[in-house]
Amino acid sequence: MNSIPLIHFLIVSTALFFIGVYGFFTRRNMITMLMSIELILNSVNINFVAFNKYLHPESNDGLFFSLFIIAIAAAEAAVAIAIIINLYRTHSTIDVEDANEMKL
Amino acid sequence: MDASVISFYVISAFLLTFGLMAVTAKKIFRSAIWLLLSLVGIASLYFWMDLQFLAAVQIIVYIGGIVVLIIFSIFLTQDSGSALPRAIKSRKIGAALLSVFGFGIIATLLARTAFIETTTPMDVEMKTIGFKMLSLGGDGYALPFELVSILLLAAMIGCIVIAVKNIPGKP
Repeated sequence: MNSIPLIHFLIVSTALFFIGVYGFFTRRNMITMLMSIELILNSVNINFVAFNKYLHPESNDGLFFSLFIIAIAAAEAAVAIAIIINLYRTHSTIDVEDANEMKL
Repeated sequence: MDASVISFYVISAFLLTFGLMAVTAKKIFRSAIWLLLSLVGIASLYFWMDLQFLAAVQIIVYIGGIVVLIIFSIFLTQDSGSALPRAIKSRKIGAALLSVFGFGIIATLLARTAFIETTTPMDVEMKTIGFKMLSLGGDGYALPFELVSILLLAAMIGCIVIAVKNIPGKP
C-alpha cells in the first residue's frame, strides 16, 4: 500500500494548486475563474487526505476536513453562480473587467 | 514496479493533464468538460487510497452537482460555441512565471522536509465515519455537521434571493 511515498502526493497536489492559480490569473471570465477555484480546493483536499493517511492514520480527521470542504465548496459554487447570473442580467456580460461600477 | 504504483502515476498524469487543459482551453464548454475529467481523476485517486466514501462524495457532489451547475450557467450566460477572448500576453507570462516559481519553491521545501510515515491502515469503515460524524464527544464532528447544514440552508436561501428575477411593478 505505501509503495508510493507521501512526497509524490504532495507534489501532485502542489502542481494542481498552481495550475489553478495560473487559470485564476489568466482567465477573465467569471465561470472559468470559478473552475480554477474548484481545482485549488481539490488540491487542498488531496493534501488533507494524504497527510491523514500517511502521518496520522489512527484518527480520520483529514477525511472529515475533506468532507466539510466539499460541502462548503458546493455552497460557494451555488452562491457564485447566482451572483454570476444576476450580473449577466444587469450587464449582459460576465467578464470581470466590465463590472467596475464601484470603482472611484 | 507493480500495478498499483503504475496506476498511481497514470491517475496523477491524467488529472494534471486535464486540469491544465481546463485552464487553457479556448472554448468555455470544453473547459468545463476537461474540469469534469480532472475531477474524475481526483475521485479515482481517492479510490486508489481506499477511501471509498470520500470518492463517492467527490463524484456525487463535484461531478454530479458543481460541474452540472457550471454547465447550466454556461448555457445560460455564454455563447458556448465561440472562443473565449485571449488573455493578455504579459499577464499570461506573469501567471506562468508565478506558478512555475511557486511550484519550484514549494517542491524544494517539501523535498527538504523529512516526514515520518507509518504503514498503519486507516479506519475508514462507513460505520466509524457515521458514528464520528454525529458524536458529541471530544473527537466527534456533531457541531461542524450542524453548522454545515445551517450554511447550506443559508446558501440556498441566498441563491434564491440573489438570482430571482425582479418584475417591475410587483413587490
